[in-house]
Amino acid sequence: MKIMSKDDLLSRQREVQNNIDNYTCRVLVCSGTGCMASGAQKIYDEMVKLCEDIDGVQVEMQQDIPHLGVIKTGCQGLCELGPLMRIEPYDYQYVHVQPEDCREIVERTVLLGQPVERLFYRDDDKACPHPDDIPFLNQQTRIVLENCGKIDAESIDEYIGAGGFQALAKALFEMTPQEVIDEVSKSGLRGRGGAGFPAGKKWSQVARQKEKIRYVVCNGDEGDPGAFMDGSVMEGDPYKMIEGMIIAAYAVGAENGYIYVRAEYPLSVKRLRMAMEQAEAYGLLGENILGSGVNFHLHINRGAGAFVCGEGSALTASIEGNRGMPRVKPPRTVEKGLWEKPTVLNNVETYANVPKIILQGADWFRTIGTEGSPGTKTFSLTGSIENTGLIEVPMGTSLRHIIYDIGGGLKSGAAFKGVQIGGPSGGCLVEDQLDIPLDFDSVKKLDAIMGSGGLVVMDENTCMVEVARFFMSFTQRESCGKCVPCREGTKRMLEILERIVDGKGEMSDLDELEELGSMVQSMALCGLGKSAPLPVISTLKRFRSEYEEHIRDKKCRAKVCTALRQFHINAEFCIGCGKCAKNCPAGAITGKIKHPYHIDNDLCIKCGACKDNCNFDAVYVEA
Amino acid sequence: MLDQSYYRKTDEIIDHYGRKPASLIPIMQDIQAEYRYLPGELLTYVASQIGVTEAKAFSVATFYENFSFEPKGKYIIKVCDGTACHVRKSMPVKEALMKELGLSHKKHTTDDMMFTVETVSCLGACGLAPTLTVNDEVHPKMTPEKAVDLLEELRGEKA
Repeated sequence: MKIMSKDDLLSRQREVQNNIDNYTCRVLVCSGTGCMASGAQKIYDEMVKLCEDIDGVQVEMQQDIPHLGVIKTGCQGLCELGPLMRIEPYDYQYVHVQPEDCREIVERTVLLGQPVERLFYRDDDKACPHPDDIPFLNQQTRIVLENCGKIDAESIDEYIGAGGFQALAKALFEMTPQEVIDEVSKSGLRGRGGAGFPAGKKWSQVARQKEKIRYVVCNGDEGDPGAFMDGSVMEGDPYKMIEGMIIAAYAVGAENGYIYVRAEYPLSVKRLRMAMEQAEAYGLLGENILGSGVNFHLHINRGAGAFVCGEGSALTASIEGNRGMPRVKPPRTVEKGLWEKPTVLNNVETYANVPKIILQGADWFRTIGTEGSPGTKTFSLTGSIENTGLIEVPMGTSLRHIIYDIGGGLKSGAAFKGVQIGGPSGGCLVEDQLDIPLDFDSVKKLDAIMGSGGLVVMDENTCMVEVARFFMSFTQRESCGKCVPCREGTKRMLEILERIVDGKGEMSDLDELEELGSMVQSMALCGLGKSAPLPVISTLKRFRSEYEEHIRDKKCRAKVCTALRQFHINAEFCIGCGKCAKNCPAGAITGKIKHPYHIDNDLCIKCGACKDNCNFDAVYVEA
Repeated sequence: MLDQSYYRKTDEIIDHYGRKPASLIPIMQDIQAEYRYLPGELLTYVASQIGVTEAKAFSVATFYENFSFEPKGKYIIKVCDGTACHVRKSMPVKEALMKELGLSHKKHTTDDMMFTVETVSCLGACGLAPTLTVNDEVHPKMTPEKAVDLLEELRGEKA
């Protein structure tokens, strides 16, 4: 059934809303990647089965009967506490739901509206029945993620019911393409992919080109290890970004668009495909959208495991079926992008911001965030932190607020050491930078980048030199090899870092790292290369003493670097069973049965077999 | 020599995406999804069908990490070594798997073609680090012990 006008859309919305209001109860099972991994599918199946057994109740959308819905939503945020479940209209949030809990949930909550208290989130022993009681959730501002976790991620009707596609209707019927561009420009929306280029400016540059065939491309190649915001948006509310893309296409006069999703996100691909099919069936995508005469066809391309394809010109090369290698710019993507045509290339979160800007206006958008970076930013909060998960906060929020108030502080109360922002292209921020309001401009001044928004918190048990080596090995592996500074520079930097963590570094290595780093930064061809040295440069600046300890004292204070560890046997605990000596592959452990054993550190190969095999915790590691 | 059925399947895939150079990557992805690797002979065939040179097809296939000319095991285990998994100690998980299966940095697949162990940069389930996937199914919060138990479970499925 096609929706052929704005009125059709409005009546469809009322109809869906009416249906939803008629539910006596709605069970929302979080089905993001995280919860699916924790077993959400089983919970969903079990709930559907149990609910179907209830007399007189039907688990589907039908009017005029008392009914209830069991739906799969996108990420509800608290990934570590999954599987998660919300129950409306009572607004209960359950955590760690297990299949055996389902019967009790049905009997008490679904049928009687009573809570199952033991499934509530606990904040210092205080039970939090509702999402708004949970500190992790109630301190966020959700624009991009407003529907994520609240609507059925696989039903376009629910998105329409929540006001979806109203912005598209407004753009198509009440605004000219130029007015759309002006509104986006005025809003100050900056590309959420990392560099923060103003989206409106990009769109107007494409609209200005003489060439009439244009493309709209969405970068869903979220390759930063430790970032999953865009994946969560694609899984949880794929319609919103699709609506944003259609609006962009209308604004710049494009008839074809591509979404490039990384191969590691199969669920995103599945949900996007579903969303596109549904939108086409409704006439919201394809020919003659909403009866307006505007056409826009959307295609999906899966990545094939190349981080560099997150770079604009590499991404378009990959869509064309080529090796994903960046090219020299200019001409820029807005002039010659996909198939040499003018191309708007934004990331998932950027497009997902657009509908609300069109609907509520640029002035409203500017009331959120900072002067230079209006709006919100999504972050994935991971690493050594109490509450890992997906968050959205206004630009200008401090890292301290994010880590301590929202994230609940460090895991098991460990001491804070640093937080990596922007993945392998970003930098590491430390304690005295935690209070700086975070936006595109402020973070750049700190030798880091906003990136797409991965935040990995590191505690005293993380070795910063090893982390730098880890990032360098990532970028070195992902370097496409086209330009010499990146191909050779990252390789040499990695060799030096490997030497240092191996205890074979020299003091002059540090100067060499700095020199190589600044060379790669200034001479590499693309963003991947230019930003590759950042993790090394920022850790060298802030944790230089740790580098020096590795080189001078052969010491790793976090006890991470294997080659620098020393294993010892605590004579008090050792009962002399000899198990360690039996398991030592290097023959480094000697002793007499029933007497404490001894490790010869000159022979020791630091494999840790002795420690793993000791039943009495007698083997300890010294940095 | 591959069985004729491989070519029939490949023709189906080519027809689905259209005989044009831009279809190269999606075609290779589907072939790999079907056979768990990309047979070189099929790639040569695909190149001739969609109008790209054999050299071009191989240059693209070798550029992307996802494509493999080597047959892979029945269970492809990808251990995530993204930042979040790395700082939550993902490498001991991989080492435990490799040790249990007798694999090395050069040998990724067991001789009985049951298991392939690989590293992947990020699976997007960072909240549950460290993670791994078995044929795209995510297993959260791994430890070396849990990983070895998982192998037992998978072996059990075979029996």
